[in-house]
Amino acid sequence: MKFSESWLRTFVNPDLSSDALAHLLTMAGLEVEELEPVAPDFTQVVVARVEGVVKHPDADRLNVCKVDVGDGTLRQIVCGAPNVAAGQKVPCALPGAVLPGNFKIKTAKVRGIESAGMLCSAKELGIAEDASGLLVLPEDAPVGKSIREYLDLDDHLYTLKLTPNRADCLSLIGIAREVAALTGTPAVYPPTPAVPATDASHRQVLLDAPEACPRYCGRVIRGVNAKASTPEWMRRRLERSGLRSVSALVDVTNYVLLELGQPLHAFDNARLTGDIHARLATSGEKLTLLNGQEITLADDILVIADDAKALAMAGVMGGEESAISLETRDVFLESAFFAPKAIAGRARRYNFSSDAAHRYERGVDWGNCAHALERATALVLEICGGQAGAVTETVARLPEPKPVRLRLARLQKVLGVGFAAEQVAIFLKRLALAFVREGDDFIVTPPSYRFDIEIEADLIEEVARLHGYDHIPGHAPKGRLSMLPQAENRRPLYRVRQQIADRGFQEVINFAFVPEAWEQDFAANARPIRLANPIASQLAVMRSNLFGGLIENLVVNLKRKQSRVRLFELGRCFFTQNSDADYAQPWRLAALAYGTAEPEGWGRDNRKVDFFDLKADLESLFATELAFARPDEAHPALHPGRAASIRLNGREIGCLGELHPEWVQKYDLPAAPIVFEIDLDAVTRSAIPAYAEVSKFQPAVRDLAIVVDQSIVLGDLLSGMKAHAPSQVCDIQFFDMYQGKGIPDGRKSLAFRIVMQDTQRTLLDADIDAAVVNIITYLEQNFQAQLRA
Amino acid sequence: MQNLDSIIQSARAAFAAVSDPNALEQVKAHYLGKSGQITALLKDLGKLAAEEKRIAGAAINQAKAAVEAALTARREDMRQAALAARLAEEALDVTLPGRGESRGGLHPVTRTLERIEHLFASIGFSVADGPEIETDFYNFTALNTPEEHPARSMHDTFYLLDAAGKVAENVLLRTHTSPIQARYMQAHVERHKHLDTLPEIRIIAPGRVYRVDSDATHSPMFHQVEGLWVGVDVSFADLKGVIADFLKRFFETDDLQVRFRPSFFPFTEPSAEIDVAFMGGALKGRWLEIAGCGMVHPNVLQHAGIDPEKYTGFAFGFGPDRLTMLRYGVNDLRLFFEGDLRFLRQFV
Repeated sequence: MKFSESWLRTFVNPDLSSDALAHLLTMAGLEVEELEPVAPDFTQVVVARVEGVVKHPDADRLNVCKVDVGDGTLRQIVCGAPNVAAGQKVPCALPGAVLPGNFKIKTAKVRGIESAGMLCSAKELGIAEDASGLLVLPEDAPVGKSIREYLDLDDHLYTLKLTPNRADCLSLIGIAREVAALTGTPAVYPPTPAVPATDASHRQVLLDAPEACPRYCGRVIRGVNAKASTPEWMRRRLERSGLRSVSALVDVTNYVLLELGQPLHAFDNARLTGDIHARLATSGEKLTLLNGQEITLADDILVIADDAKALAMAGVMGGEESAISLETRDVFLESAFFAPKAIAGRARRYNFSSDAAHRYERGVDWGNCAHALERATALVLEICGGQAGAVTETVARLPEPKPVRLRLARLQKVLGVGFAAEQVAIFLKRLALAFVREGDDFIVTPPSYRFDIEIEADLIEEVARLHGYDHIPGHAPKGRLSMLPQAENRRPLYRVRQQIADRGFQEVINFAFVPEAWEQDFAANARPIRLANPIASQLAVMRSNLFGGLIENLVVNLKRKQSRVRLFELGRCFFTQNSDADYAQPWRLAALAYGTAEPEGWGRDNRKVDFFDLKADLESLFATELAFARPDEAHPALHPGRAASIRLNGREIGCLGELHPEWVQKYDLPAAPIVFEIDLDAVTRSAIPAYAEVSKFQPAVRDLAIVVDQSIVLGDLLSGMKAHAPSQVCDIQFFDMYQGKGIPDGRKSLAFRIVMQDTQRTLLDADIDAAVVNIITYLEQNFQAQLRA
Repeated sequence: MQNLDSIIQSARAAFAAVSDPNALEQVKAHYLGKSGQITALLKDLGKLAAEEKRIAGAAINQAKAAVEAALTARREDMRQAALAARLAEEALDVTLPGRGESRGGLHPVTRTLERIEHLFASIGFSVADGPEIETDFYNFTALNTPEEHPARSMHDTFYLLDAAGKVAENVLLRTHTSPIQARYMQAHVERHKHLDTLPEIRIIAPGRVYRVDSDATHSPMFHQVEGLWVGVDVSFADLKGVIADFLKRFFETDDLQVRFRPSFFPFTEPSAEIDVAFMGGALKGRWLEIAGCGMVHPNVLQHAGIDPEKYTGFAFGFGPDRLTMLRYGVNDLRLFFEGDLRFLRQFV
């Protein structure tokens, strides 16, 4: 809502500066988003009349003018404006004037001719962009008058950011009421005396949808001059409210809309047939709107129709066919109340918005229709002439103002302030909220424009507003102390984050919506969850894994000459399971490593990071041992030979691997990054430690080297050995792998350290040898292993 | 015995003259070895009379001790010199960089969220979470924002398509973290329904939220932290106290002003917008919008099965992205979501 201060002050004029008024409104919940002067500071510019114009003898583009500024003399002013002409009224800056930009005007010679002042364009005064010529003023502009006064340039423009509950402030009188309540300064409202009928014309109004349209006032005005020009004062107020002047009739409806908050519509009476109906559209009915859009109406759209057809989308926009034009002689003026529910969302459905819809959706004062119609009639008659017919008012069931009870004790409890009943009464009176007292209770009947007041809490807010939120003291709340639970088998997320960050990874946060290609490439997901209204086509689907974002981050950072990139992200992934409407959105942790295994530098081998480096990073996050295996099904994002699925306690929790060479090429990466992704839930769970007896006896250690087929994977060997080893074997560690000289092609040598211990006694050599033989036999039988010579 | 003094003098001079331990041991033999001068004198003692022997013996032993002391001192000198030489040789350029992994870091917004969580934990708030694909019910209806409510147009909501390519019914990307309020209250009532009086609810709920909006100051995905305190006697004055306390602790300064001004949210009444102004620094004196808050609307409590007559509560919603920007002087929201290491590493 944008309005001019000087207009507001015609209704309520508190002794406050513009800044103070803006602050008052902001602190009362009508946030002043912008407060700007109509014109920048300048001085000594007056209305002048150009009496004569002759060419400058020495300059083609200059004229020498004789100008009357009302001081009884004719002064000579050189002017370069192309549109200067004798008889014009224009602004003239007198010597001594300071124009915007600290432009000082002095008497000076221009190409040898003395010039005592300057004739000004709108741009030179800082009030418009037009620099094409002088700002030509109306013929009746009084010569000598200060231009600031004449054009009301000391005015300020306020832009309010109104919350949806305060639609009552979408008008000048609404804001005036609010200012009056806040300051105690009385407000005066525009007079709306009934304009007597001088014409017999009238139209019957039928409310066929009484719930949607409970009140409709209409009147015919005949013989108007639609071509009449809008008076300067009205044009100025409209423009300062952000509305362009269109024609006198349209301007009057807009003016009353701004002034009283009542949307009006003017039909060309000659285009109407028979009675006026406020009815629901029949499905499929067509209507061409004022904005040229042809729409097909649905059966929940309220229309204003005549006997023949739909004329307008009620409360939203008029129709083209019945619209007034400059040729219109007779108008039918509408001032109605439509229920918010009947209007809400309708304009949006057809992809447009209108001032009327914006107001009706939020609520319009249902008690104001007749006043607004009278006000508009008076203005039409004043500006366009004509004869008004009688008002036709049809009323169905109007909203009933429901009394709301405000209990003093409740007010005190909710706000934490010990208000006195008398103080509350004063606030309610200032807000024009009528009430009766019942002890310390106030039974309040809100006026028809305060449809936002429905329950006690609404009144509590009103009291708080009038009192001022700033005057409610803040204090430390009291609560009963009880400790918060702290599950030891749950690691807080920040611990997990810190842990991985400590291993050199930098956290990133990526959008949850991604290009569809990522879902295809990194998840082979042909049916990702799609957004109905994505912000851009490359942000159109929900991610089902975190890889795409990390790879994109890598690409961006490589472009920025970062050679070693280690990133991680914690975030939700999204996919459907079982049915389409069954959305899974688990938290995942993913990481990416690229470049050297360690930061590049002196005294290092600067080896590239590989699968096993990232594997160690991943394992460091877990207290429990993870099981890695070749995935049963190749992961679409990963190199099939360099990928592992990860299990924890038998449950698959994620994957680790090198990016698939195909994506390395497609995403233009110089080398493959290593990535992993796991369920966050798995990593935040941790076992509570449980004590196991520490042996007092010496452990026995035996190293064992075997040769097996290349194809045998360590994990199988190790888990088999551990499962089959005798009970004294407490640990088997793999410590070396060798291929090459001395080992047949296609075979590899693996070395293990076997640690044996008994908690009850020192192991004898015989026990130890037997255990080792047991393991060797197991390996020979199950893996065709040979003891390495 | 003039001779002995000269032997000592000569030994000292000889020890001093050599510069390496092997040479020293050879020189030592001249005096203390089998045929050394001191040894020879001791051998000659036998030729002397008893009384003379006693006196001469003592003198020779004294001289021997003096020579040995000189030897020990010289050995120590040499050891020290050798050590000093080795130490000098082994000296490092300590300004060379250390090896090993360098530290990564947390995202600046994560840093903020953690600080918020810890600050609120210190007055008994626990952390709650909720889904990001949310139902229309929890995102709006349960928060007193029925369909067609004009407040819904305050949120530019992302909707999803179903398998048939139609707009999926009843689901959306949550536009705020407030649905967690509704979910938590419902679960809380369910957990404690056997009790006469519900235990207090004190939670904060950080999370990512989504709105159809993208420019220098708006990101289609951003963060919010919801807070909720419901109990038998929780007032607007408490809300003001908690918020002011939080802001001072978060920014670690008392040099800021906080103001509450009336606003509107369908799920709170009275509602307020919170502005903060710093007394110093680049943003000195400007009021900055920082959060929305209010007393939980009776309808919202009712929806969750909580009696609004018996219980009152407040809720607030902060923008941790904005708090992060203010805290660290970041001037472009988009930097948070671009993954640029040169930016992110500043927060290690």
